[in-house]
Amino acid sequence: MNPLRRNLLKSTGAATSVAVAVAAGLLKPSQVLAAEWNKSAFESKNVADALKGMGASAPADSKDIMIKAPDIAENGAVVPVEVTSKIPGTESIMILVEKNNTPMTADFTLSNGAESYVSTRIKMAGTSGVRVVVKAGGKSYSAVKEVKVTIGGCGG
Amino acid sequence: MADPMKIRATLAGDTADIKCLMNHAMETGQRKDAKTGQLIPAHFINRVTATVGGKTVLEAQWSVAIAKNPFLGFKVKGAKAGDKVVISWEDNKGDKNTAEAAIS
Repeated sequence: MNPLRRNLLKSTGAATSVAVAVAAGLLKPSQVLAAEWNKSAFESKNVADALKGMGASAPADSKDIMIKAPDIAENGAVVPVEVTSKIPGTESIMILVEKNNTPMTADFTLSNGAESYVSTRIKMAGTSGVRVVVKAGGKSYSAVKEVKVTIGGCGG
Repeated sequence: MADPMKIRATLAGDTADIKCLMNHAMETGQRKDAKTGQLIPAHFINRVTATVGGKTVLEAQWSVAIAKNPFLGFKVKGAKAGDKVVISWEDNKGDKNTAEAAIS
């Protein structure tokens, strides 16, 4: 079958079944409209590709992004990171671990009074920069904090 | 099937400070089962939504690199005591969980 025709039929079929499910009350619209997971950004093997996938290529360095993370993380499996953005109109905050296999770690989209602040815990494969990219007013901004990771051993 | 989430939501002035602890293995897909030597497939929360007083305040997309038993903290201005905080997540296998708490 012509691949275009096949794709068209496939997507139409999916859309129709979703519409029927919503009408039947099986799927609430809020579930249907949940943000798509950005596979290409999350599977990118480097920061540049990940940012391209997120529509945030070539961010400008900014001193208005505060990254609170340990200088030395004992356990790379659980590294606490707190980000505050002082950039006006911050729409989203992204966290990337530069040296992880797939650097893209998280994207937080804020709205309706959410402050430009997020706190979470990340996994780091090893010592790396933790890069934060903020999208605001159609532009992107970036800051990085180096976190050393002590892996393995009993305090060695 | 999924363990309950814990949400703590407190008000400081007109800003709600919300902390949430989720239960999830967040498997990266790179770990080997000690007995079988097989790779344990990736199983991780990939989407999170938070609403306060019925309005969406946060939507997150996550990777396998969020730590096991994810912690999430965020703040919302203009919140009031008693407002309902609802946090929902979905993982890459389609498993879901939701919890709610009132801002105190």
